[in-house]
Amino acid sequence: MKHIKTVNKPTMQKTLKTGGCGECQKN
Amino acid sequence: MNESIHIFEQEGEVLLLDINSGAVHVIDAMVRDILSVFTGENDGEVLEKLTGQYPEAELREALGELHALMEAGELFAPDINVPPTFREQGLVKSLCLMVAQDCNLRCKYCFGDGGDYGMGRAVMSEETGRKAVDFLIKSSGARRHLEMDFFGGEPLMNFGTVKSVTEYARQREKETGKKFKLTMTTNGMLLTDEKIKWLNDNDFALVLSLDGRKEVNDAMRPDVGGHGTYDRIVKNFKRCLASREGGDYDYRGVYTFLRGTYTKKNLDFTEDVLSMNDEGFSILSVEPVVSKNPEIGFTEADLPRIYEEYDRLTHAYMERHRAGKGFFFFHFNMDLSNGPCVAKRLSGCGAGHEYFAVAENGDLYPCHQFVGREGYRLGSLDEGVTNTELPAHFRACHVLNKEKCRSCWARFFCSGGCHANADLFHGDIYEPYEVGCAIQKKRLECAIYVQAMLALEKQERETAAEA
Repeated sequence: MKHIKTVNKPTMQKTLKTGGCGECQKN
Repeated sequence: MNESIHIFEQEGEVLLLDINSGAVHVIDAMVRDILSVFTGENDGEVLEKLTGQYPEAELREALGELHALMEAGELFAPDINVPPTFREQGLVKSLCLMVAQDCNLRCKYCFGDGGDYGMGRAVMSEETGRKAVDFLIKSSGARRHLEMDFFGGEPLMNFGTVKSVTEYARQREKETGKKFKLTMTTNGMLLTDEKIKWLNDNDFALVLSLDGRKEVNDAMRPDVGGHGTYDRIVKNFKRCLASREGGDYDYRGVYTFLRGTYTKKNLDFTEDVLSMNDEGFSILSVEPVVSKNPEIGFTEADLPRIYEEYDRLTHAYMERHRAGKGFFFFHFNMDLSNGPCVAKRLSGCGAGHEYFAVAENGDLYPCHQFVGREGYRLGSLDEGVTNTELPAHFRACHVLNKEKCRSCWARFFCSGGCHANADLFHGDIYEPYEVGCAIQKKRLECAIYVQAMLALEKQERETAAEA
């Protein structure tokens, strides 16, 4: 893209269904 | 401007955060102007308002790019509500053990009243510490990864209990399949070679307290006799760090942090970060004091100066990284692509529902800062949680349930701020501490900028290498 540089591919929306295991100290 | 995006400038770059997806874009000035009008469907209005300012072909091109981002879910992503993955009841996975409610320093900003938390000087017995291990195993349900921090006061003043509890936790790991991550927060005064070896052998992550430059540290962190502590502490910290060189501690997440506090007395705290880095330490954090004492605590009048200093720190951080001499600064360590899940972003530190503090007498509190605060005793190791309303109160106190947080652009990065600070300043954990929020938002902008620039520069290097 000429006017916009995207710097990441976030997974936040995806984790609405897959997160919450509580083992953080998958994604 | 659409409320689902946040646009800010840092070091001449214009950055756009799409709040509900977490996507970050670096945009040009024209796109920034377009976004002051564009809602996703009003291309005609954008062209009508901006054609005199920019060539129409350029505007159409940029609008095409914005529509492509919308289709990819990286612009104007839909609002996030409480997901089903955020369960109604939390499971306790983390404990802070106040193994010594006593201290050999008299730091001027101590939230623990010189270490005793207003409860009288005392140390935790081995029996109480072991009960805490059993309590955590029992309360954690199916969760495998558990965390325990040895805290105080100064935990090394009660090293016998630390050793005994650690030995017991490792024994219980084998019996239960649980995995304990152990941490100690220490001022370093009692760090002997023998203790360092033991901490290394037992995989302790270490949080070492130091306030940066010698004159800053010694003014804020004197010993009981009022003498400076910098020379003694730094000597011990360097020995500790040297003992871990060549090991794979960092790789395994067994970090050695240097952590400082800045106050109104050292608003040039960039110098303190760089001073610690110059002394050979590379995993660093300095944080704003939270205090009602007007001599050291911050008010809104201090914010412009604090913002300016974070800009300086950001510049210095990038300068050292680009020169191949980068260091790790806690608040800039943001994972833009694979950060935590939404459930974790809502539960945050977990104080009061996933994380408890255990006072030396076995009483339970929502976190280490709540120890001894009236109205916040949850129960005890012997009785269990008797005040069952408090964990539910803390569990529900997330950003989507707090009026001031619900519409804030930073809501999925800050977890609603620190409950203990909200209580200290407003007597209500649902009422965020405003100065803390303002500083947090500035730090987040700096972190997003840092990570965006590092990512783009990496992309450029890879492209150049391919060519």
